[in-house]
Amino acid sequence: MPVFACGRDRTMIAVEQLAEVFVEIADTLVDDFDVIEFLQLVTSRSASICNASSAGLLLADAHGQLQFMAASQESVKLLELFQLQNAEGPCLDCFHTGTAVVNTDLDDAIERWPVFAPRAVSAGFRSVHAFPLRHRKDVIGALNLFGTETGQLESHDVRIIQALADVATIGLMQERVIQDQKIVTEQLQGALNSRITIEQAKGALARSHGISVDAAFELMRDYARRNHHHLSDVALAVVSDPAVHPELLSGRPTPPV
Amino acid sequence: MGDRRGGGANGRLALLGRLIDDEPAVDGSLGVTAGRLERLCTVLARVLPASGAGVSVFTEGRIEGGTAATWGPDSRAIEELQHSLGEGPCIDAFTSRRPVLEPDLLGRGIQRWPAYGPAAHAYGVGAVFALPLQVGGARLGALGIYRAEPGPLAALTFSQAITFAEIAVGLLIDGQDADGGTVSGVDDLVAYRAEVYQAQGMVMVDLGVTLSEAMARLRGFAYSDGRPLSDVAHDVLAGILQLNRDTL
Repeated sequence: MPVFACGRDRTMIAVEQLAEVFVEIADTLVDDFDVIEFLQLVTSRSASICNASSAGLLLADAHGQLQFMAASQESVKLLELFQLQNAEGPCLDCFHTGTAVVNTDLDDAIERWPVFAPRAVSAGFRSVHAFPLRHRKDVIGALNLFGTETGQLESHDVRIIQALADVATIGLMQERVIQDQKIVTEQLQGALNSRITIEQAKGALARSHGISVDAAFELMRDYARRNHHHLSDVALAVVSDPAVHPELLSGRPTPPV
Repeated sequence: MGDRRGGGANGRLALLGRLIDDEPAVDGSLGVTAGRLERLCTVLARVLPASGAGVSVFTEGRIEGGTAATWGPDSRAIEELQHSLGEGPCIDAFTSRRPVLEPDLLGRGIQRWPAYGPAAHAYGVGAVFALPLQVGGARLGALGIYRAEPGPLAALTFSQAITFAEIAVGLLIDGQDADGGTVSGVDDLVAYRAEVYQAQGMVMVDLGVTLSEAMARLRGFAYSDGRPLSDVAHDVLAGILQLNRDTL
């Protein structure tokens, strides 16, 4: 598939494709869903629906720091671009203002983001967008899109991507309990900790198999999908009870629990 | 919604760490870690404020635990209630791996914990908040915060409570080693660097130890080498450094 920025060469996102994406996302919101897998789906569909080359999602922790949660593809290079946005970048701006940052040409953004913009350019990106995850008056995170071409998101596209960001918020909050601020806090903290567990498991698998952390993530995700396990559950088992998935950690003695 | 930058959280971590270091010990008979945790509870109760606080430790995979340290009137008895009754906010926070916030102990709290709720209320507790003491897959215990007055924690107060929990995690991890640093020497806990977490998983496999022990080894190595944890983690990832049983 050709990779170009949102809106370019097209007038609007195809309605059929859009409907499919929303149905697919809604289907994942069953009682026992994995937050990280859900956010991964949102990011990969957000990227494909507007032909952005990469998308990621960040959530604010209790200190108001933006933490990486999920991306359309997991690579060290991309993770650095997300992590960097604790200090500066479109997600931080979006998080502060509560409004979307769209159609930013990275070549023209060096003054605005002196560290982030050059890094993003050297990673091969030309344009960036960020959409707020809004919960009532609060902004709880941001959805980040990168393109390899400069391009203009039409207002129509902006509304659609914002709708995807809103769906992400609803999934995070599990709609039925959205009224309760303390449960919002509990859910967010749980999700943030799940992401930490995934990083720890990436390290353990990388070492067990002598592979990169990116390859370790692929291995773990594919294993979870093949065996119909939640990614977060597999990650937790890898670091706390490796005997649960012996084939995933094969070839090395399993650490004691 | 508070300071957005990392500097705010790290600044608070350092400030609260210094307050804990400067706090005089109440019970001189406590061990190093228990003494630090008790001072942490004391400072927490003063700063948030709260009427009492306690740290419970649990063994991985089981809910039977024990009280490591407390501060406040009857707080040891309140904390122990959970262990004797087998239910309560700290146990729930530990098992669910999430904070458990119950601003109305006499209302919903009693439905949630039919035995613990009335018993804790009898000691004058109106609201309880429990934070898991964990880093990803490594679980150590839970921090209980007690208030006489019912009502939610404000966002800033919650954020401060999280900082206290992060400091407590560091103390418990360092307590596994014979001698960790001072409280204010706790470094990088709020850095949330993916590399630090990945390195923890790597060291776990390299040494064939539990995840929390791997964290202790990494931190111990960083202390003794006088380097930030993120630097050491970077070297582990790059293959420059491989901890082995003889490294420490």
